[in-house]
Amino acid sequence: MNARVLPYVLILPVTLFLGLFFLYPFVLVAKQAFGSQEGWSLENFREVVDYWKFPISLRNTLLLAAAVVPVQLALALLMATMVSKMQKGRDLILYIWTIPLGISDLAAGIIWLAIFEQSGFLNSMLNGLGVIDKPVNFLTYQHPGVVFLAIALAEIWRATAIMLVILVAGIGLIPKEYYEAADVFGASKWKQFTRITLPMLRPSLQTALVLRVILAFEIFAVVAALGGTLFPVLMGETYAYQFDLLNSGAAAAMALIILGISIGFTLIILRILRVPKGASI
Amino acid sequence: MAEIQIKNVAKSFGAYQALNNINLTIADQEFMVLLGASGCGKSTLLRIIAGLETATSGEVWIGGKRIDHLSPKDRGIAMVFQNYAVFPHLTVFENIGFGLRMQKRPNDEVKRRVERVAGLMHIEMLLKRYSGELSGGQRQRVAVARALAMEPDVILMDEPLSNLDALLRMEMRAELKGVLAESKTTAIYVTHDQVEAMSMADRISVMHQGNIVQAASPIEVYRNPSARFVASFIGNPPMNFLPATPAGAGKWQVAGQTLDGPKADKPGLHFAIRPEDMQQAESGLVATAKIVEPLGAHLLVTCQIDEALFRVILDSDTVVKPGQTLTLAPQADRVRWFDPDTTLAVA
Ligand SMILES: Nc1ncnc2c1ncn2[C@@H]1O[C@H](COP(=O)(O)OP(=O)(O)OP(=O)(O)O)[C@@H](O)[C@H]1O
Ligand SMILES: [Mg+2]
Repeated sequence: MNARVLPYVLILPVTLFLGLFFLYPFVLVAKQAFGSQEGWSLENFREVVDYWKFPISLRNTLLLAAAVVPVQLALALLMATMVSKMQKGRDLILYIWTIPLGISDLAAGIIWLAIFEQSGFLNSMLNGLGVIDKPVNFLTYQHPGVVFLAIALAEIWRATAIMLVILVAGIGLIPKEYYEAADVFGASKWKQFTRITLPMLRPSLQTALVLRVILAFEIFAVVAALGGTLFPVLMGETYAYQFDLLNSGAAAAMALIILGISIGFTLIILRILRVPKGASI
Repeated sequence: MAEIQIKNVAKSFGAYQALNNINLTIADQEFMVLLGASGCGKSTLLRIIAGLETATSGEVWIGGKRIDHLSPKDRGIAMVFQNYAVFPHLTVFENIGFGLRMQKRPNDEVKRRVERVAGLMHIEMLLKRYSGELSGGQRQRVAVARALAMEPDVILMDEPLSNLDALLRMEMRAELKGVLAESKTTAIYVTHDQVEAMSMADRISVMHQGNIVQAASPIEVYRNPSARFVASFIGNPPMNFLPATPAGAGKWQVAGQTLDGPKADKPGLHFAIRPEDMQQAESGLVATAKIVEPLGAHLLVTCQIDEALFRVILDSDTVVKPGQTLTLAPQADRVRWFDPDTTLAVA
């Protein structure tokens, strides 16, 4: 077969699959979002944006992402560096650290609920230590900070490993010779990290950050388990429109807003971490 | 002053002994080449001097100071790596200035020194480029410039030309030697290419299985190999060997001929001679030509003497046919003798 046609033939099945199960539903959602009785309109968008909970859920979602993603990035970098320096037992440690990846987000939320709820581990522990004399319900509107903290902790615990895995693979791709050259030319370990590892890790950082940021805007189950209605987020509102208010036009509009935010941040990340032409490994 | 002294350095990787008790002194501003076959420990020795590898035992001194416990950056060395290790995310300018930046030199000094060595290596016009936009030869120049910019006491090079094509290699060889001589640094240069070694070195250390077999000037290594290994490693084609049996005091019987030799009390020796040191003559060793290869400048004839293969280089005008019998006389002052037991040269 013609060598110029062959690649396209080979990617055809995947293209068809994505077209059928992604592009087509996407078009349907877009039609729903922009549709109304009198044809094309922005009515659905106006409705969801004007709703009093929208700014709160937008702010909560962004705040959560802003709190969680940088901590995850720092942790994942630290853990990846440590794992990469290990000689023995490296695979074992990596497996253990990635266990939370195998747990669904709802299950993760429930695990952390078991820690923070009134009869949970945290209460028993504080009680046992004599810090409190009767169990406290932390996850209420009186403790918004604790609710936020619990959600952030659960997210960090649950989803840092996905970045870790990507970064470990990325660090493994950096040839050892660069570090030897850095050693000979006087770069300290910290300088080697900032001047060699970080810049050469840009492609992996891009992937890890884009993935994590998109997932952070889609946060739902962990919040539902720990915060319930105390802590509205965009995805939770979308769910409420669709299944509680049975307003699928509004739900579709919310979904597109989340998509828009995700695309915006993806472009920003790609831009900030771009590798100049000719400067890749 | 940067004299390098390597004292009783040994290195083992687990049970594998990569270096056995290396002793070597390299004079200030000397160009020393470590030459040997793949896996003989050249890189290991160089990396121990650089501080990228720790010796199992022994000491390394540079300029009268023991440095084997210091980190690489405190040893006064710079290094050119085999794959160059030119940082892909930095421009050529920042690559060359990397070490100076790490020393927190002021901007104008970095600029001055980078531009000076870039001029020496003829890469001034590439300073703004990234390494992905350079050819192999240009990358190699950047790697050398980066080392020179440090103005080190000692420059270490691990097969810096091995990734270049033959023509470029020859060009860079001469250029590198000139630049290094001018910069007055002591240089250690690792290669497995004997032509490179012969043409660049002040002295060659021939290495074999973790030992330095001979450390001497190129011509000495070529003319007076200290051991049979050196004789058969250096020279293309290498030395010829024939067994010799004693035939009275200072006389040795070689392939039916009696030759003058050392007055050694041995049951046998190996007679050795370079291919170009044999001439056709009235009397001498009787050989049968097997393969005749006209190489332009001369004629390479592979012949058989008794059971052994024997190569001679004759004048290109000589007419030799395969199967023809040649009578070959060795040039007396070029004959060397080796002890088959110790493999060492016998005077
Ligand atoms: N980190 C290591 N672990 C185990 N063995 C090693 C290590 N580094 C080198 N060796 C072994 O030590 C011996 C010498 O290696 P070295 O790299 O010094 O060889 P070399 O002379 O530079 O060869 P080449 O010309 O192929 O580069 C080799 O047999 C090699 O397998
Ligand atoms: Mg080597």
